[in-house]
Amino acid sequence: MADQSGVLERYNEGDTGSGIYVLRLFITGASPNSIRAVENIKSICEEYLPGNYNLEIIDIHQQPQLAQGEDVIAVPLMIKLSPYPKRRMIGDMSDTNRVLKGLGLATNS
Amino acid sequence: MSKSQKQKEPVQYGTLPKALTGITGLDEITGGGLPYGRPSLICGEAGSGKTLMSIEFIVRGAVQYNEAGVFVAFEEKSDELAMNVASLGFDLKKLQAEKKIRIDHVHIDRSEIEETGEYDLEGLFIRLGYAIDSIGAKRVVLDTLENLFSGLNNQAVLRTELRRLFSWLKQKGVTAIITGERGEGSLTRQGLEEYVSDCVILLDNRVVNQITTRRLRVIKYRGSVHGTNEYPFLIDEDGISVLPVTSLKMANKVSTERISTGVPALDDMLGGKGLYRGGSVLVSGTAGTGKTSLAASFANEVCNRKEKCVYFAMEESPNQIIRNIRSIGIDLQKHVDSGLLYFNASRPNLYGLEMHLVAMHKCIKKYRPSVVVIDPITNFINIGSVSEVKNMLVRMIDFLQEEQISVMFTALSLNTIINEQTDEGVSSLVDAWILVRDIEFNGERNRGLYVMKSRGMKHSNQVREFIITGKGLQLVDVYLGPEGILTGSAREQQMLLEQTGEAIRSNAVTRKDREIVRKRKVLEAKIASLHTEFESVEEELNKVYLEEELKKEILRKNREEVIRIRKGETEENVQKPKTSRKK
Repeated sequence: MADQSGVLERYNEGDTGSGIYVLRLFITGASPNSIRAVENIKSICEEYLPGNYNLEIIDIHQQPQLAQGEDVIAVPLMIKLSPYPKRRMIGDMSDTNRVLKGLGLATNS
Repeated sequence: MSKSQKQKEPVQYGTLPKALTGITGLDEITGGGLPYGRPSLICGEAGSGKTLMSIEFIVRGAVQYNEAGVFVAFEEKSDELAMNVASLGFDLKKLQAEKKIRIDHVHIDRSEIEETGEYDLEGLFIRLGYAIDSIGAKRVVLDTLENLFSGLNNQAVLRTELRRLFSWLKQKGVTAIITGERGEGSLTRQGLEEYVSDCVILLDNRVVNQITTRRLRVIKYRGSVHGTNEYPFLIDEDGISVLPVTSLKMANKVSTERISTGVPALDDMLGGKGLYRGGSVLVSGTAGTGKTSLAASFANEVCNRKEKCVYFAMEESPNQIIRNIRSIGIDLQKHVDSGLLYFNASRPNLYGLEMHLVAMHKCIKKYRPSVVVIDPITNFINIGSVSEVKNMLVRMIDFLQEEQISVMFTALSLNTIINEQTDEGVSSLVDAWILVRDIEFNGERNRGLYVMKSRGMKHSNQVREFIITGKGLQLVDVYLGPEGILTGSAREQQMLLEQTGEAIRSNAVTRKDREIVRKRKVLEAKIASLHTEFESVEEELNKVYLEEELKKEILRKNREEVIRIRKGETEENVQKPKTSRKK
């Protein structure tokens, strides 16, 4: 845990200008996967990025035109827009390690 | 085209409604198009034309049948796709602007994606649903859905989602095409055919003898009769054309109209009027016997009648033919210029037999000629077996008959099998067969022309000598002399001989005539003299007779005088005999 916060600090120091995590989560209404994904990502963010993230949840049932713009196929889909590199994660975010890897928060180990 | 435009609504065949694809020929094979409101699978190897066929389905649907379509491209980007099909005359950008079609590019890159748990493809459904609803699409293409498998790991999810997708498409009531790469031992790599069970079309691009032919086969079509054969198809500037060229009906119209062959003497041999319109004629012969000249003169005649002619040149280039034919006094260039004559030159091994057929069909459909010349058919043997070539020509003749187009084939026959068979075995198919052969005699080679057969008309059974002159083609009766058939200079010689004989004979005759005249004159003179003689004899005889009469009269008078004197009659009575003598 200490290691991971260290990584986080390094990241935060590395690009202070865009240090804030901009995340966009595409879900489809109240499907079980969507609900789980929202819960999982919220808890991950609260745990690893407290106060340092901006999570936007988009229901593509409501805004289908956004689905094309972001090339959404599989849902739930979370796109990390910032910091660079842009990453796409699909699934209900239950695999925390993979989510952290996607967010660039995981250590190599 | 006009026919297909008339049938805008899906055609009802029994219980299964169908959506016309608008792709030339495909609708005939499938008996009206793809199953309406259901997904169909088009599979094939790379480069077999899957994407093109599906985009054509969308574009023709939008343009011809007023059915908007959504094209979901998993492979190519919208711009790339637009560029690729622009060469076929499809303006995707314009159609997109008119909201007739919608192209949705789906990009999946495994390296960009982290799978973090359970997911589904609801996003695709929503996108598709949105795209369909936004333009009221009736047609959907998913090209190539299998890319999902390379982008996403979870096969189980993909398969359940695909199953859901297809039932969802059915529920939406859209006519869909799903394309799939052909796999080893199965129709598609991911076994998509399991999900799409209504209609499966396989595209194939085969190389035989270094010649590629694209073929199409309807593998299955539930609830519908369909053509089961492999049909060749062509991709050219007008898109895809499939040709279900085997007509099984044999119910063509026939014409009794006759058209000239361009050689009056040949027309005479063919019952004096020439060939039937819509008939087929084969001109076969050995090399250099004037087959092309005959064909060109036929074409020339057609154009002179202001009818159109398409000349398929398989050996010579159009310019070469025009130059060569000019040497026999036929100017084809002016017909080319006036648009009546169209040359279509292609090497036989440019593409496969079927492709030739397809290309010829297209050309004929485009120019609508009344006469077609194929010169020669011989080289087709290089690209197919005898039976294949025969098959192809049967279909060609069949098609032309249906269109009421006359056709002239030329064929090279080999010396060894002269007048028995042509290489292609088409002699039994054609309506008329003209054989031009070499007659070698007296150190000379001359051309002889026969009409081997000519269905339905009286035709000459004689050999004519076929002469190619600077003023066109002529036929001359050959001489049947004691030494056999005489042609060329031998014939000329024979003619001279006969002319000499004629002169001598006529001289003799005139001499005899003169003698007769003389004889008659002599006889007439004789008759005249005899006549005169007879007159003099007659006169002599008459003279004696008159004298006798006179004597008798005088005697009678004397007797009367004597009697009167005896009776002592008066002077009054004397006058009586005087008057009677005056009488």
